[in-house]
This record gives sequence, C-alpha cells and structure tokens, in this order.
Amino acid sequence: MYAFEPTEEQRMLVDAVKRYAVNDLRPAAREADETGELPQDLIEKGWELGVLQASIPEDYGGFGEHSAVTGVLAAEELGWGDLAGGLAVMAPSTYALPILLAGTDEQKSELLPPVIEAEWKPYVAALIEPSFDFYVGELGTTAVSKKGGYVLNGTKAYVPYADKAQAFLVYANLDGKTQAFIIPADTKGLTVGERDLLMGIRGLPTFKLTLEDVNLPAEARLGGDEGHESELIIASSYVAISALGIGMSRAAYEYAMEYAKEREAFDVPIAQKQSIAFMLAEMATDIESVRLLVWEAAWKLDNGKEDAFKTAYLAFNAASDTTMMVTDRAVQVLGGHGYIREHPVEMWMRNGGGIPTLSSLAMA
Amino acid sequence: MIDFEMPNSIRKLVTMLDTVAENMMRPVSRHFDENEHEIPWDYINFMHQAMRATGAGSLAPDEGKKREGPRTGYQKLAFMLEVLSWGDAGIYLDTPGGGLGAAAVEAAGTDEQKAKFLERFTGETPIFAAMAMTEPHCGSDTAKIRATAVRDGDEWVLNGEKIFVTAGHKSLIDTEGFVVVWATIDPSAGRAGMRSFVVEAGTPGCTVTKLEEKLGIRASDTVSVVLQDCRVPFENLLGSPEVQKKTTKGFKGAMATFDATRPLIAASALGVARAALETLKEKLEEQGVEIRYGLPRSRMTNIEREIVDMEAMLRSGWLLVLKAVWLLDERKSNTLESSMSKVRAGDVVTKVTQRALQLLGPLGFSRDMLIEKWFRDAKINDIFEGTGQINRMVVARRILGYTRRELS
Repeated sequence: MYAFEPTEEQRMLVDAVKRYAVNDLRPAAREADETGELPQDLIEKGWELGVLQASIPEDYGGFGEHSAVTGVLAAEELGWGDLAGGLAVMAPSTYALPILLAGTDEQKSELLPPVIEAEWKPYVAALIEPSFDFYVGELGTTAVSKKGGYVLNGTKAYVPYADKAQAFLVYANLDGKTQAFIIPADTKGLTVGERDLLMGIRGLPTFKLTLEDVNLPAEARLGGDEGHESELIIASSYVAISALGIGMSRAAYEYAMEYAKEREAFDVPIAQKQSIAFMLAEMATDIESVRLLVWEAAWKLDNGKEDAFKTAYLAFNAASDTTMMVTDRAVQVLGGHGYIREHPVEMWMRNGGGIPTLSSLAMA
Repeated sequence: MIDFEMPNSIRKLVTMLDTVAENMMRPVSRHFDENEHEIPWDYINFMHQAMRATGAGSLAPDEGKKREGPRTGYQKLAFMLEVLSWGDAGIYLDTPGGGLGAAAVEAAGTDEQKAKFLERFTGETPIFAAMAMTEPHCGSDTAKIRATAVRDGDEWVLNGEKIFVTAGHKSLIDTEGFVVVWATIDPSAGRAGMRSFVVEAGTPGCTVTKLEEKLGIRASDTVSVVLQDCRVPFENLLGSPEVQKKTTKGFKGAMATFDATRPLIAASALGVARAALETLKEKLEEQGVEIRYGLPRSRMTNIEREIVDMEAMLRSGWLLVLKAVWLLDERKSNTLESSMSKVRAGDVVTKVTQRALQLLGPLGFSRDMLIEKWFRDAKINDIFEGTGQINRMVVARRILGYTRRELS
C-alpha cells in the first residue's frame, strides 16, 4: 500500500528535531561557519534528541529499532538547520550504524553501548581519500591479511573530529573489496594530520588521517572473519546525505521565496515576476520529487529490497544535483545581496557543493 | 506511515495491462501513427469489455461500494494510464470510459448528474466523452472564453467555437457520448461567469468541423466543435444549484477537474518516458554496453551518466505522481502536488525522449523504431491540460500564496 505520511511516532521525533533546527542549529550556523567551530553544548543538545539512540535496540544501549526512513526524516530537518551542525550531531552514527548493520554480535555488544549510553563523543568514520577519482569501491587505503589480523596503510581525509576521536571506523581495500575496520584512536601507526580547509561546512572540523602499518587484530574487521558487504552501509550514507541536502535545499528555497516577496523591483515584489516565480516553482518541484525518491530508497533499505542500493544511488545523484541547483538559484534570487555574507544563501551554496562528496559523513 | 509497497490489487492490474500494452498496442503503434484518422476499434472494444468485466478505469471505482482498506481508485488509474501510454500514448487516448469529459462530470457534477451522464460508460458498447475548453483565440487564458450560454426557459442556448477537443470525434460522431463545454453565462463577469455544460452527441446545433493533423498522438482524434444555437436541457449545467449564482464556483469546478486529471496526464507522460528509456537500455544491452551503478561522476561514461540521470528523473517524477493521486484517494487537497507532477512529468518525458533519440542516433531517427514516434508523442504532455508554463504558474501561485492578479 502506498502512503506518504510519517507515523505519529516519527512525527514526534521530527517535530523535536525541527524545534532544535529552528531554535538552535540555524541561529548558530553563521558564527560556526565564520569561526570554524560549533559550540559543544549545541552538539550535545542535538545528540540528546536521541535520533541515533532511537535506532539502536535496547540490547545495545539504545531504545528502538533502526529505520532509515525515520533517519532521513530527521536528517532533512537537521539539514534545514545547518549542514555542518547536522553532520556534527550525526557523526557517531557513521560509526555506530555500520556496526549495527554489519557487525558481529560481539562487536555490537561491546562497541555500541559506549557510544549510545554516553554524552556525544566523536566516534567517526574515515572513508574519503584526498585524491581525484576517489571511488568507494576501489580504495587507495589497503588492508593486508597477516597472521591473526590485518595491516592497514593509506591516507584518509574529511574525518570529522579526528583530533578528539575515541575510535574510527576506517574503510580499506582488502583484496579488492571495501571493508571497514574498527580502530581505537590510540592505535600505533595512526596519525591525525592537518585540519582540512574546506569551502563549506566550515563549522565542522575535519582532518586528514594517516595509517602507517597499522596492525589490527582479526576482530577489528567489521563482521569478523567473514567481513561484510559494504553496499548496504554505503546506501545508508547516500540516503542520509541526500536528506541533509534536501533539508538544506528547502531552507534555501524558503529563504529565497520570502526575500522575493519582500524585495521590490519595477514597482512590484520580484516574486510577481515570472522569471523569479518560475525558478521558485522549479525549486519546490525538484525538492518535493527528489525527497520522495530519498524516502523510497530509505524504505527499500528498511525492507531489504533487492534494488535498495541502486535506488539510494539514484537518489544520491538526484539530491546532489538538486541541492546544487536549488542553493545556486537561491543566491540568484537574492542577486547581489545573495553574494554578501549577511545572508545565509551563499553559505548554503558553499555547503551544497559538498553534497556529492560528503556522503560518508552521515548515515541514516 | 511511509510505504512504497505496491498493493496486490494494483500489481494484478498492472500485470494485466502490461499484456494489453505489449500485445494489443505496440504491434499496431506504427500503423495508427502512419494512418492518422483510422480508429483502433480492436483495442477500443477489447478495453471496453475488459473494463466492464473488471470495473477498472472508472474514475470513482470505490464510490458507493463498501470499502475495505484505503481507497486506491486514482492510484489505479495512474498506473493504468502509465502502462497504457507505455504501450502507445495515442491509442491510450482512445480508451473508452469518458476521459476528461467524465472526469469533469465526476469533479463538478451533482450525484444526479453523475448517475445520468456516467452510466452510459458501463453499457454494451464503448462510449467516449470529451472536454471542450480551448477556443481559437484563447488557450491557457481560460477566463477569456467567448462561448456563451443563455438561459431560455428550461434550456440553455450555447453559441461558440471550441478547438483542440481530444476525442471529440469519438464522443460526438463515432459513439453516443458527450462533450463538456465551457461557456460563460455573463461575458462581463470573467471567470465568475464560467460554467460547464454537458452537450450530448446528436444535439442539434453542435457540429464537428475540423479534424486536426498532428505532430504525434495521431491515433487520438483532435477536433473543432461549433455550437450554433445549440440547446441543452437546463439540468445539463454541471454542479449544484448554487453554481448558477454569480460566483467563481463554476470555474473552480474546472480547476478541481484539473487537480484530478493533471497527475493522470503526468502518469501518461511518464509511461512514454519509460518506454523510451527501456528501449534505449535494451539497445545498449544488445550492444554489450553495461550500465554500472555506484560510480562517482568522475568514473562514469557519458552513457552511464545519461542513464542514471534519466532513471532518477523518471522515478522521482513518478513518485510525485503517486503522491498526487494518493492525496486524491485520501480526499486531501493536491492542487500543489498535481501541478508539480505535471511540471515534472512534462520536463521528464521531453528530456528522456530527446536523449533517447539523440543517443540512438541513426536508429533513433529512423521510423523502423518507435523512438522517433515517442519523441513526437511526448511533446503533447508539455502542452495539453495546461502547458508546462501554466503549471509552473499554478505551482508558483500556490507556494507564494498569490492570486491570479498578483502573478500572471
């Protein structure tokens, strides 16, 4: 049966996230972008909403079941508030959800409660590598089996809070297959490099991470000796970043619309001009249709549908294009004023440019 | 709940319609394109009997029956139109059952009117109905309609000329159907004077004057209708008695019709888009071209990029249609979504058929394949039932909270 209405439970969670996005994230976004830092209590407050905790079963310290649909609904609101802040709040999910989805029972019991039962702590994933042609299916970071474990080598980038991280989920190329490894921050051979200098999400500190002959025990591999299929994990990232992008697009679209109704040119509000009104109509239409594709992909993930990965991939491509289009249009509607940092649209445009790249920084 | 599971009832319907589209439409697609004014009676008769037997295709199949579970009538219609248009967008428009005419009665008529005018569609023989709104001097600007209706005792006397009436020939000449004619009862009142009237086949003073020759959807007839002192009974004015007062209710009736029909037209458009995309993918597969999903943009071939974009466009467009008809089934307002779905679908089908044509090169341009036909058929979806621009206007007005005066 087709239905397009969140459940009562989902609505309550989304409402709470929305209040946080309106009252906390959005007001802090500009300053975080300028100073390069998000206040700790802001992140903590977002963490306490319990989006991740609600998708982890009680056995592992949470209080619910994992649902990608719920995850994308929440992510959209966070994205509306601030992409950098949303990514900060969600950072531990890039560590915890792969463990939940693909970990062994021991890994889940041992590794999840410390993340879930505590205040926000930077448990994060390290996937992206600083090279042209980066491809998640063919990583430059290598993992080699050796007696009783693995040795990892390579360089990662875009690792949030690597300087303060408790542990990393590092993805590496093991005999041509992408596999994740759980690595405590104090492991020998692990070096946190310089902070990445980025165009957007500047409130979120991300770092390079070098792995030099990092020796890991066999149980560090996600899923144990058998390992795991990474498709599902990647697809969960796709839908999360897509939803964040859609949320940010909605923010930009709403802002541009309000501005267009106020700003006058040739004696009428510019929104009364077709060239502006049609842009807004197209922005709204794209946001709505791509949001539905993101929902469907998340739903397919939740229901174990065969083409879940493909749908998530399509959604990610569409959401990337839509976010870049909408955030660009928002600047365009504001004209010269859009280019000035007094308005948030230029920030959303910079952040929007990151959606195609930042998929591994979020997870739903 | 958010749910994308296709219900079994729809799955069964789609399976059945797939067979029809593949076996009764595709094989004759080219023939009816090249022989413009021939009528595909085999298809029409088959569909009529099938729809009578199954109840499929009725605009309000759930009405009056005891229902179990949620309504899915409009969802079924959307799937039906999508699949049949995948078969052939022109022949699909020859599906009996009343089309836009019946939709107008359904959306704006009273219960008595619905009973009276819609009953014929379930009879022995296939019947058509049409909607006549456009006039030679006005299309999208419907408030400028000049056709008049003057009351004379128990009758309305209609005068005017209508063009671009889809299935008008089948409704007035080939079968005992009707045309819903939009006319003004007060030319000085603009939209407030607009009313819709049922004009039945055989009514004196109602003449089909021109059969258009078109770029595409040639299996569907498009005609001009002239009304010259055409008298219809008083009760053929659609709507409740209060509609006869000087309000914009009558006009809103027309707009309500569009809320229902726009996502259906969008569904049809996306059926054509799917046909083109599937055919393109089949050809690529034949040629051994593999489409890999999951690559970053930097690693995709141009073909892969095109296919991924088209698939995403098509699927997201379809979900918008699905949401718009779901809202209708749920009896919720869908003005915004219905126009959005039409905007999106018009764009999608135009782009997808263009790309397929281009990528298939010499094959695409050749009449040996159906791609060039779909490319021609597709364009109508960006035009009829509101052009892409008019639908953008509707979406824009709705999101901005503007009236027609504020944004036109």
